[in-house]
Amino acid sequence: MQYKSQAVAKPYFIAAIILFVAQILFGLIMGLQYVVGDFLFPEIPFNVARMVHTNTLIVWLLFGFMGATYYLVPEEAETELFAPWLAHLMFWIFLVATGATVAGYLLVPYATLAELTGNELFPTMGREFLEQPTITKIGIVIVALAFLFNVGMTVLKGRKTVVSLVLLIGLLGLALFFLFAFYVPDNLVLDKFFWWWVVHLWVEGVWELILGAILAFVLIKVTGVDREVIEKWLYVIIAMALITGLIGTGHHFFWIGTPEYWQWWGSIFSAMEPIPFFMMTVFAFNMVNRRRRNHPNRVATLWALGTAVMAFLGAGVWGFLHTLSPVNYYTHGSQITAAHGHMAFYGAYVMIVLTIISYAMPMLRGRTSANSNKSQVMEMWSFWLMTVSMVFITLFLTGAGILQVYLQRVSDNPQPFLAVQDQISLFYWLREAAGVVFLVGLVCYIASFFVGSREPEAVIEPSGSAA
Amino acid sequence: MAQVFTKSMARNIFYGGSAFFLLLFLVLTFDTTKALPDRDNRGAITPEVARGKLVWEQNDCVGCHTLLGEGAYFAPELGNVYQRFGNSKDAIMGFIKSRPKEGIPGRRSMPQFNFSDEELSAIAEFLIYSSKINTAGWPPNIQG
Ligand code: HEM
Ligand code: HEM
Ligand SMILES: [Fe+2]
Repeated sequence: MQYKSQAVAKPYFIAAIILFVAQILFGLIMGLQYVVGDFLFPEIPFNVARMVHTNTLIVWLLFGFMGATYYLVPEEAETELFAPWLAHLMFWIFLVATGATVAGYLLVPYATLAELTGNELFPTMGREFLEQPTITKIGIVIVALAFLFNVGMTVLKGRKTVVSLVLLIGLLGLALFFLFAFYVPDNLVLDKFFWWWVVHLWVEGVWELILGAILAFVLIKVTGVDREVIEKWLYVIIAMALITGLIGTGHHFFWIGTPEYWQWWGSIFSAMEPIPFFMMTVFAFNMVNRRRRNHPNRVATLWALGTAVMAFLGAGVWGFLHTLSPVNYYTHGSQITAAHGHMAFYGAYVMIVLTIISYAMPMLRGRTSANSNKSQVMEMWSFWLMTVSMVFITLFLTGAGILQVYLQRVSDNPQPFLAVQDQISLFYWLREAAGVVFLVGLVCYIASFFVGSREPEAVIEPSGSAA
Repeated sequence: MAQVFTKSMARNIFYGGSAFFLLLFLVLTFDTTKALPDRDNRGAITPEVARGKLVWEQNDCVGCHTLLGEGAYFAPELGNVYQRFGNSKDAIMGFIKSRPKEGIPGRRSMPQFNFSDEELSAIAEFLIYSSKINTAGWPPNIQG
């Protein structure tokens, strides 16, 4: 760690991991409710478990992005963070707001939570992923503003690199598009149209800039490849992300009351959205192959390569699968959507956060550059367990989705929703089993912070492969 | 990437390309808002429908159901529930009203929300309004 103030990243990463555990536990609860319908009913209805699952996901990714930013910006800007105290303060505000919101979801009925937080005065609750009470949303905006100010001032007073610039543009976009969470018109079509300005323009727009910047940073560090080369790649990747992803929003405007020309715009542009993800994969492997040195933190390199591959599979391949409007006509809102949502979120955003944690945490905990071999081996186990089980979760949901679409929407005798769900329950059981393996992987991940922490750091093995 | 393709070219593609397609996206958005009145059934949005939408939101119905294919995949699509229930508002209200408090052993069940008659009517009106939005022929059939 070159700058003292990088240490503020540590609590952000720890909070991220704790919320990750909560996310997975509630995923498993829902996975069981899919097959044992009355599990925890009526104490934890499915929709409550779902908002805990998805909201903790989004919030822990945000903690991860902020931690990543606080870690890498001082190093890129070659100066201390503008106001470390502000970063600490915002950490606690964000954590308390998250805790209170999740407690609210679990302790009172959602309608009561809406009433208690005065939702009728300024209604923003009850939309997918944006279930937070209005007051929490305002809190998020305040935290984001303070965060952007702090980071922006740091970049202004220091060295301005492409990595920190791209990261900053991405974070600024994240905050700007979140403002559409406050626009909830009575008109359902307008409501849905602009809801996607948060959701799609996040994951298939500005978040890709954040993803690209963090990946570029880690690759510069672990490969020692010339910054100029990496930055050129970064520009091309994010250019393709926005060129395809902005109009690509149209793949959500096929069937929600919007004009039919979106079937053309949406299909054509979103069909090109895999390109930036593919380039990311080529980029990551290229840089690692051209590395000028071997970094002792081998597991961080593994996460970086894994991110590139899994983001391409989840977002690129599984996204393309259902993005053309004639296909989407049948798959829209089915288990195919859930399959894609899982692998894309995991492959792109979960894995990039775990990549930067893997790279930065050893230094934040006082190592010079890497954990012990023992700890790294444990972390590699967690990488494979989580990643492979996520592949299986995706495959099982895809199987469920194909059958669902056929039985409910394509066959000559379309059957009712719940009748179809009964017939495909085997796939849901398998998904739940794969989910348990995922949890085992997560336990290994947490264990990797404790095993071998008294052993000496891993060192670079002598090797002739460095080109 | 060869030397002929420089970093500043890459940067210009990023700024130029993003700005161009953002602008195009805004133009298409503007055109969409012009075209919507003919498709989105806005004439039917009475105060009761608006109230129904709020009830829909404040009980997080979308946390189990899809509406026009968006939401959760645990329970049936509701964008066409009006047609599926034989164009009957009473059937929708009756269904919501009669959910067992303790659920159905071993099976998925909708919670009992204890809605007032006024809330029940509002939410049914909201679903009726939704069912008449022009969705380009989606869903493929009545099962949603
Ligand atoms: C990392 C990037 C991505 C993430 C995290 C992501 C995540 C998601 C999620 C969570 C949904 C479900 C939204 C909902 O609940 O309604 C979704 C829907 C969708 N995604 Fe992605 N996605 C990504 C990239 C892509 C790409 C690159 C494509 C196309 C090539 C794509 C195509 C689609 C389509 C067509 C839908 C709508 C499915 C439907 O009609 O039900 N996604 N995505
Ligand atoms: C490990 C076990 C997991 C299980 C059993 C599980 C289960 C579920 C279930 C049942 C749903 C609700 C689907 C519905 O609406 O009907 C869901 C939604 C979701 N989960 Fe998970 N999940 C798990 C892990 C994850 C992970 C690791 C991620 C992120 C990387 C994730 C991200 C999501 C997202 C984004 C949604 C919303 C999907 C959409 O709207 O299409 N889940 N999950
Ligand atoms: Fe999208």
